[in-house]
Amino acid sequence: MTTGLGANPAGATSLPRGIWLRMYMRLFAVQGSWNYESLIGNGIAFCMEPALRLLPGGIGGEKYSEALGRHARYFNAHPYLAGVAVGALARAELDGVPPALIERFRTALGGPLGSVGDRLVWASWLPLCSLIALSAFGFGAPPILVTAIFLVSYNLGHFWLRAWGLQVGFRKGLRVADALGNPVLRQGPQIVGTAAALVAGVAIPLASSRLIGGGRSFAAGIIVLAMFGGVLFARFGGRIEGWRLSLAILALFVFFSVIR
Amino acid sequence: MNILLDVLPIVMLGAFLGMDVVTFPQAMISRPIVAATAAGAFIGNAPAGLMMGALLELLALEMLPFGASRYPEWGSASVVGGALYASAWGDPAGALVASLLAALLTAMISGWSMVRLRRLNARRASMLKRELDAGSVDAVTGLQLFGLTADFVRGAIVTFGAMLVFKPLTPAIISAWTFDTRDSRAVVVAIVAAVAASAIWKIFHSVPKARIVFVSGLVIGAVLVVTR
Repeated sequence: MTTGLGANPAGATSLPRGIWLRMYMRLFAVQGSWNYESLIGNGIAFCMEPALRLLPGGIGGEKYSEALGRHARYFNAHPYLAGVAVGALARAELDGVPPALIERFRTALGGPLGSVGDRLVWASWLPLCSLIALSAFGFGAPPILVTAIFLVSYNLGHFWLRAWGLQVGFRKGLRVADALGNPVLRQGPQIVGTAAALVAGVAIPLASSRLIGGGRSFAAGIIVLAMFGGVLFARFGGRIEGWRLSLAILALFVFFSVIR
Repeated sequence: MNILLDVLPIVMLGAFLGMDVVTFPQAMISRPIVAATAAGAFIGNAPAGLMMGALLELLALEMLPFGASRYPEWGSASVVGGALYASAWGDPAGALVASLLAALLTAMISGWSMVRLRRLNARRASMLKRELDAGSVDAVTGLQLFGLTADFVRGAIVTFGAMLVFKPLTPAIISAWTFDTRDSRAVVVAIVAAVAASAIWKIFHSVPKARIVFVSGLVIGAVLVVTR
């Protein structure tokens, strides 16, 4: 969209490299002031700020201040996909889109960016990378290799997703909803989830075996017991969180071991 | 003074990795398998840190850090767990259990501290509302820097407090421990593996055929355990 009223009359679809880089770096701190009132709203304004300097009047100009104030309000999105919003909103501001339309667009954008990101990153990509690292651990990999496998594989996706979001957000502007139909975002969670389930099946017994040490049959017996317990807990555990249950059992175990 | 100097590098690590969970840079260096290993390396015993990291990572699979939900903070907690276990040279019986318990308690307290921080940020944002609405760049940047700094301080306080309590307590538990190493480990791993399996079962319930795939993977894993 180009209106000819803003700082982007030629409808440029990319930002100057220095500004893009500053916005990209800021995206890593988008949740710096996360709070229950405005969620990542202030972070969005913080990340957009370098682009807003291009508005007529520059820093402290009327358009700059109005835009910054508009974007420091409530906003919710997955942090890795916040770049989509930052890019699209920056483009809208530079194109001179009317504030009321920007407000409506902003409101519509948050929900999808939250749910898509949660499913793709937190519920798929993160567990997959974590389980690959646990498999490496189970196969006897040394500390440096296990951590490297996790950090490199996870952050390839992480860094790419943030960069892609900012890029596509600015390129598409108000039409950024099209980008959310990207196959990676739509089918990614399902494909990654299936892969993660398979890797989990391999990783949990292998990692457990290395953690237990000792004889194979002893380790195998404990793992079978654990898997049976896991299924029972999944089916009948209700809303109890596993880590809390572990904490309670371990506390009792320590108490019993020390006083007996 | 001695204990302060002793734990200072661990406190700094806990503070930085505590930040990574939410505020900066969310590169998941705060995940237990990285954070506990790093803490172990700081002590000079990275393999022990990795053992603790793998245990906590299995537990952490269950907790997905969705936006406003409350979850344990694994970054600082893993540093505490990794450092404590790595400090117990020779892997005496009870060291793994005591260090894991310390890490879980730290994760719980640290998770609570994150909620307090979010409220503090909200109060700060309310105080700056007029400036933020007016589009003051100083207010926007200031609030962001305030949140980042406060999160760093939060992680440092949690890690320091945990080390202050658990550094002397862990050896005391180990010295009074009455089960042998193998049985102690078996109990811990059985609990953790059960929680991990349950987490996978729940996380991927909406993915078609994921449970069949998971069980297939389990069969492969079991064969590898027995035959390797």
